[in-house]
Amino acid sequence: MGNLLTIRDLRLEAGSKTDPTVILEGLDLDLDRGEVLGLVGESGAGKSSAGLAAMGFVRDGVRIAGGRIDFDGTDLARASHATLRRLHGRRIAYVAQSAAASFNPAHRLIDQFAEGPLLHGTADAAAAHDDARALYRQMRLPNPDEIGFRYPHEVSGGQLQRAMTAMAMACRPDLIIFDEPTTALDVTTQIEVLGAMRDITERYGTAAIYITHDLAVVSQMADRITVMRHGREVETAATQRMLESPEQDYTRSLWAVRSIRKPAETGPAEPLLTLDGVGAHYRSFKALDGIDFALARGRTTAVVGESGSGKSTLAKVIAGLMAPSEGRVLWDGAPLAGDHAKRSRAQLREIQMIYQMADTALNPRHTVRETLDRPVAFFTGLRGKARRARVRELMELIELDPDTFLDRRIPELSGGQKQRVGIARALAAKPRFIICDEITSALDQLVAEGILKLLIRLQKELGLTYMFITHDLATVEAIADEVVVMKEGRIVEAGPRGQIFEAPQQAYTRRLLASVPQMDAGWLDRARRDAAEARSAETAA
Amino acid sequence: MTLLRTAPPTAIFGLLVLAATLLIGLFAPLVAPYGETEIVGAEYLPWSAEHPLGTDNLGRDMLSRMIFGARNTVGLALLTTGIAFSVGAALGMFAALKGGWVDQLMSRAVDVLMAVPPLILALMLLAIIGPSIPNMVGVIAVIYLAPVFRLSRAAAMNVVALDFIGAARLRGEGTVWLLRREILPNISSTLVAEAGLRFCFVFLFIAALSFLGIGIQPPTADWGSMVKENATLITFGDVTPLIPAGAIALLTVSINFIVDWMLHRASGLKS
Amino acid sequence: MTRLQKLILSRLALGVVTLFAVSALMFVGIELLPGDLAQQILGQSATAETLAAFRAELGLDQPPHLRYLDWLSGVVQGDFGQSLASRRDVAELLSTRLANTMFLAAYAAVIAVPIAVVLGLLAALWRNTLFDRSANIGALSAISMPEFFVAYLLILVFSIKLGWFPTLARIDSVDTLGGALHATFLPALTLILVVIAHMMRMTRAAIINVLAAPYIEMARLKGVPRWRVVLRHALPNALAPIINVIALNLAYLIVGVVVVEVVFSYPGLGQLLVDAVASRDFPVVQAVGLFFAGTYILLNVAADILSILSNPRLRHGR
Repeated sequence: MGNLLTIRDLRLEAGSKTDPTVILEGLDLDLDRGEVLGLVGESGAGKSSAGLAAMGFVRDGVRIAGGRIDFDGTDLARASHATLRRLHGRRIAYVAQSAAASFNPAHRLIDQFAEGPLLHGTADAAAAHDDARALYRQMRLPNPDEIGFRYPHEVSGGQLQRAMTAMAMACRPDLIIFDEPTTALDVTTQIEVLGAMRDITERYGTAAIYITHDLAVVSQMADRITVMRHGREVETAATQRMLESPEQDYTRSLWAVRSIRKPAETGPAEPLLTLDGVGAHYRSFKALDGIDFALARGRTTAVVGESGSGKSTLAKVIAGLMAPSEGRVLWDGAPLAGDHAKRSRAQLREIQMIYQMADTALNPRHTVRETLDRPVAFFTGLRGKARRARVRELMELIELDPDTFLDRRIPELSGGQKQRVGIARALAAKPRFIICDEITSALDQLVAEGILKLLIRLQKELGLTYMFITHDLATVEAIADEVVVMKEGRIVEAGPRGQIFEAPQQAYTRRLLASVPQMDAGWLDRARRDAAEARSAETAA
Repeated sequence: MTLLRTAPPTAIFGLLVLAATLLIGLFAPLVAPYGETEIVGAEYLPWSAEHPLGTDNLGRDMLSRMIFGARNTVGLALLTTGIAFSVGAALGMFAALKGGWVDQLMSRAVDVLMAVPPLILALMLLAIIGPSIPNMVGVIAVIYLAPVFRLSRAAAMNVVALDFIGAARLRGEGTVWLLRREILPNISSTLVAEAGLRFCFVFLFIAALSFLGIGIQPPTADWGSMVKENATLITFGDVTPLIPAGAIALLTVSINFIVDWMLHRASGLKS
Repeated sequence: MTRLQKLILSRLALGVVTLFAVSALMFVGIELLPGDLAQQILGQSATAETLAAFRAELGLDQPPHLRYLDWLSGVVQGDFGQSLASRRDVAELLSTRLANTMFLAAYAAVIAVPIAVVLGLLAALWRNTLFDRSANIGALSAISMPEFFVAYLLILVFSIKLGWFPTLARIDSVDTLGGALHATFLPALTLILVVIAHMMRMTRAAIINVLAAPYIEMARLKGVPRWRVVLRHALPNALAPIINVIALNLAYLIVGVVVVEVVFSYPGLGQLLVDAVASRDFPVVQAVGLFFAGTYILLNVAADILSILSNPRLRHGR
């Protein structure tokens, strides 16, 4: 029994009463005052629903079908709307995933802060404003005295997330639900936000439920961790024990994800694609500036950077979706037209692309067969039996059973299966070079691992050259031979994987590397120190 | 059939009325007791066994004119909606796909068309080219092409922004393939629901023009002009002129109920 | 100049350009007539001399672009030319009828707009309740009825059977405001019924759209009561769509009067337009059409500008 919150045998359902979809089943959670519980799971595990249910709240169309939610003596599962309203914001507060969408665009931050204390009668307007400034300062927001008078669209994402945590603290609640609060942030921003959140909950002794899919992050924030899957609890243990000796196979498989390492190929190699002083503009904004580098034939080059670094623009320029405003792109030694419509069919065939969101990269109205049949016909001109055989062969390459999957429609596939079909569509053209644009960032880790292994195998078998666009350094470490680090449209540093990871030359690369969450418990403190040092080195340089 | 079982009573009512109207319109010469323009007796005869709805201002059988009116009014509305839809949707998708100056040019032209209230534009254009059935169909089709263009362009814009269009473009697919195979299947459900709504507007529009004496011209039977021709009866407390007007309302309500149900289903499936 | 001012100026400019485009379109349309205006008016039997004299009188011997500029400069000074049917000044014909039409539209708007917005708000607030469902069915039915059906139905009940209101809205023969309101009650009620249905549905949709935003869930999780969620959190963000709904329906009111005016023989612009179209009195058609189009464009531009002003991102943008 937790002395603040006790959830027993909770069941949530959606859809019709006669044939309901079960969202949560048999969930038990306990939380003591001042304790932080981590809820971990892949997408669809029910962790967000569990977090909201801990407030006695369910989204439209969902209902509590059984069980108890005891919060300090009140059963929230059966409490009246008025009772819940008195608790929400006052004793239990919520921090949402996207602060940009969860702040009301029509009101200033400080007015949204003060709304809770004024409604619940914990402070008058002047006191609430003073408190807002104090909390903004504790959350280490820049200009804490003035930032509250801005509208949400005038404040950056990382700052908004901190302002939202301050707002949640406004009535000094007993419990805060953090619902994936840093998922949308860049890694270097994430560190600052995580640090500020941990400091403030420790300072006021606030209990918290921290929901995330990122094991490394939760291991920094939580005292105990509950792993969830398919709406059920898998296991619960103290953080240290969970990291060292998880009991369930599923938990172990989650922990084992970061294990792939492709042996790096080093030494001289012939360039397949060369960028020579490439620059690109969106109107007057320079998105790429003086990009020089060569992609080695048969190798994997990873381009890493945070949002706004220009890495996706680089992919567009190479694919021919955006013409460079200066410099040139050489393919096999010959200049490549900036606009894809001016490229030869052979060039279009040889350069293929795989996209981040498999959901939108495949036409949802087509079947798997239609999706693959068209590029096979278009690029290879095969007909009849030969074409059908080629489509089946592609399915075998991506390890999906042709008899089961060929006639399914795209929406009937899982995320990982869609991404495999996306790979097959690229392979249908018999390409030499594939641009992979953040292809694993929308996938759960286990699924992502399968995709990476598949790509490594295909590279070996088909001699492909890859360019990986990503913000995830763990993926880079797993598969890259060469690494290019980008920031604000320029290349910061480039070199073989070993060199970049073990002996980075630039302060920014060091800060980026230090920001990648690690599984050991002391990482956040270390990383905040390292990041601060690297930042001062960057400003000095 | 399982679809029908989940339909609300309003939608079932709508489907029944629509089916009945279409059948009556289709078989009008077989169902109607008298001819469309046949003068069968004195003017404004009251309701009787021989003439269930009486006769009109020229002594023609009201019921027969109602039945032929179903064919004329509904048929012309269908034809007009069909033209407006196929042309508007095709142009809208094309503009979304091409972007740039093609899109700008077409969108601005549509803006000008939509800057004038439809009824006023129709009256002005018909004043210039003269009222006749082909002119009316053409004018209304042009006017209603504009909102269809806008809708189809907006829906297609959302699709064009998706990566599978980028993938097809990078493959080197031509415009026709992109429009027909990649975009159209993804916006067809939006277009179908809109077609239902637009049909209602067009139908009411033709009725209003005919009522004003500028749409379907006599002696062709049509519900809008029948109201106008017999309006004087109202002042004597006779409800006969309200029957064609009521028929218009009934059919429009029915189609609106069906469309509402379809939209509700579509939004339910999404969430 | 700030971004806001630029946006507003560009909207205004766009409105003016559109109005010119529409006026040019109307002019070109008449230009494309088979034969010319003089031929149209005098008929096939007119002699060459009378035709030539009449052309000179109408200014038809000038090249088209000069005639357009001539007409345009007249319009700017309030001179719309002469009616072909009555040979009277179009401006004079327009003036009293314009006032009548505006009176009727304003009468309906003052009653319809507040009721519709409140009903839409309530339907959104009580979504999927009995109130919402019946309001929806009622609104759908009202939208589906041709205006003349509603109008004749009201005449049948309120003036023939009950005798409370006159069948014909003879506003010229009353001289008090009360009398005018009584005489035009039925046409106003017809417009009100049709407009409320449209506006209620659109307001409801706009609010429901905003209620799905994450910041609404956030407000509820702060313990904000439901009425305050709608009024303080949803309404400010739904203002732009609601303003558009109101503008669209005001525009509709001014145009919708055409049919209603004909039913009630109300001496307004709509009736003038219908008569002019039937007799192909082009100067009148042009002037009335331009007036309606101008009002429509003006209302749309006003709605655009008000929605820009209600958007905090633009109001507080730098």
